[in-house]
Amino acid sequence: MKINHKIIFKVSVILAAVLVALLVGAIMILATGESVFKTYSIIITMPFSNFRTFSEVLVRMIPLTIIALGICVSSRCGINNIGAEGQMAMGIIATTAVAFVVAPLPRFIAIPIAVLVGAIAGGIWGFIPGILKAKLDVSELLSTVMLNYAAAQFYAFMIRVPLIDPNEKTGTPMSARLPESTVLHKLFKGAAVHQGIFLALVLALIVYILLWKTSWGYKMRASGARQRAAKYGGINVSKYLIIAMIISGACAGMAGSVELMGNQGRAMEGITGGYGFSGIVVALFGGLHPAGIIPAAFFFGILLYAQVNLQILTSVPPNLVEALQGLIILIIVAVQMILSNQYLEEKFRKKFFSKKEA
Amino acid sequence: MDLILNTLTLTIRFSVALMIASMGEMFNQKAGIFNLGCEGIMTMGAFLGLLIPFSYGGAGSVPFGINLLGLLSGAAAGALMGLLFGIIVITFRAPQGIAGIGLQMFGVGLAGTLFRSYIGGSQSITGITAYPIPVLSKIPVVGQILFTHNPIIYICYALVPLAWFIIYKTPWGMKVRAVGTHPRAADSLGINVSRVRYQSLALGGAMAGFAGAFLTLCQAKMFTAEIINGRGFIAVALVYFGQWHPVKIFLGALLFTFAQVLQTQIQIFVPSFQYYEFLTMLPYILVIVVLAFNKESNKLGPAALGKPFNREMRI
Repeated sequence: MKINHKIIFKVSVILAAVLVALLVGAIMILATGESVFKTYSIIITMPFSNFRTFSEVLVRMIPLTIIALGICVSSRCGINNIGAEGQMAMGIIATTAVAFVVAPLPRFIAIPIAVLVGAIAGGIWGFIPGILKAKLDVSELLSTVMLNYAAAQFYAFMIRVPLIDPNEKTGTPMSARLPESTVLHKLFKGAAVHQGIFLALVLALIVYILLWKTSWGYKMRASGARQRAAKYGGINVSKYLIIAMIISGACAGMAGSVELMGNQGRAMEGITGGYGFSGIVVALFGGLHPAGIIPAAFFFGILLYAQVNLQILTSVPPNLVEALQGLIILIIVAVQMILSNQYLEEKFRKKFFSKKEA
Repeated sequence: MDLILNTLTLTIRFSVALMIASMGEMFNQKAGIFNLGCEGIMTMGAFLGLLIPFSYGGAGSVPFGINLLGLLSGAAAGALMGLLFGIIVITFRAPQGIAGIGLQMFGVGLAGTLFRSYIGGSQSITGITAYPIPVLSKIPVVGQILFTHNPIIYICYALVPLAWFIIYKTPWGMKVRAVGTHPRAADSLGINVSRVRYQSLALGGAMAGFAGAFLTLCQAKMFTAEIINGRGFIAVALVYFGQWHPVKIFLGALLFTFAQVLQTQIQIFVPSFQYYEFLTMLPYILVIVVLAFNKESNKLGPAALGKPFNREMRI
């Protein structure tokens, strides 16, 4: 009986949250003048209609997973990284630049170098807010956002001037196609999903081992859980803050490299496409744990793919998906507070279970 | 010479949106709420600022009252979004930083959705046009810089002393500062902490929404989902920069707008300059640099900033 009421409490709170999300979503869809049922059924059923559409979900899942894993590391260490968008852009630019240099090398050397360079560029972009937070107490919420805008401008400059495709006569700012030796191959013919998915899965394992099976991870989680206690216990909190931000940035940078090398094929405008922010939602939805992040990334892959279908099949603007993601963040953070509230749980037990237990 | 004159004139005109949003954020933070969703609230306000004049008269000029209604409905939408944020961070006591990002995405996404389904492609409006003050605007240099704007701008500048008066000289301002500094002490004196925080969120949200509507009606005269372009986040940073004081925030807004306007003006007057992305980057870098070398200012902030208050919990 004891465990029972806890489970029922949790399940009913989560169900209520899902209902609220669906309801608010339905109101937004109604406001656009489209049928709610039709919109929801397109979002849910389209990805499963054939293997090609299913692989569209998987291909969106790859950068989402990698970014969310990075955010999981930083959030567990108690620092909010909302700069994944910028770190990803820096990763893409660095990978593009280096891809043409390493092109003559064989694939199995060229690809790791290109990914590594992307990770380093993202890591540097994550290091800046990390050290500013650790040494100068600058709010990472503000510095990472500002660095997003700075990175977006730097990215625009790089694809407009130094890296612009020499064969492109119209002057559209985009780089040349990546050389063949740095392109991640598709897994199946005619489907978008590429080899980067293995990197995402391996990274999930690495992040799990790092956070839960090493002393670094323990110290990071301790700094995030109770900073003062960690300090008192002799953990150099600012050092681990910086490391967590570097790892987080490196993940976002890698996500950029993989998206570039496997999916887009060249650096152009809008390639980061809000993945940095969606990664936050995925990390939160996955409970800041690699085992939760992978299914969460799949779920949000469905939602991001819906942007394409909604535009073709309904009159619902794709912006709706961004609004839904924001709504989901708001609901998750509120629900977490209800679930961790023992007082409410006790009240719930008294109201619905007191007669049986008495 | 034109470059300097234009830059100064536009600085006065464009700093208003940033200043009002920042002033609203100051009210939030004085009450202990860190509202990072300012960007989303501003986008919703900006959308309503376009929707009402556009549905009344399209791209043509509309009566001043309709434009005013646009501004006020932007403020009303902002207040509602502030209250929504209040439910999440005051009633449910959720962590404010991440909830703010949620509110930002929600606001930007919702405004974009409504814009696409009610207005469609990019449409421009006449908005509120400039109205040079008859005699004063004829004064050389100073006249153009100070007295060639639309009437709303002067009212908005009057908000700076008003905000100072409210926060430091009225009982309500006293309560706001109390719940942001030591909510438990305020609570023991019979102040309803949650209610004051809700009120300040509604006021701050209304100001951010107003700022957004101002941006479409007086500045851009059109709308896209990216119209705010980081101004909401800069507004939050400005509160730190201005050390939670209305006058310093006002000066900060002038400085940042100056940096922003200067880079656009250089692009116009010196078209041979090819590296304009780096100029666009400047205001954002400036924010980071200012925050980094302003370490002491964090100690001047409200002591309970970002901390949820729970009556039933022991310290």
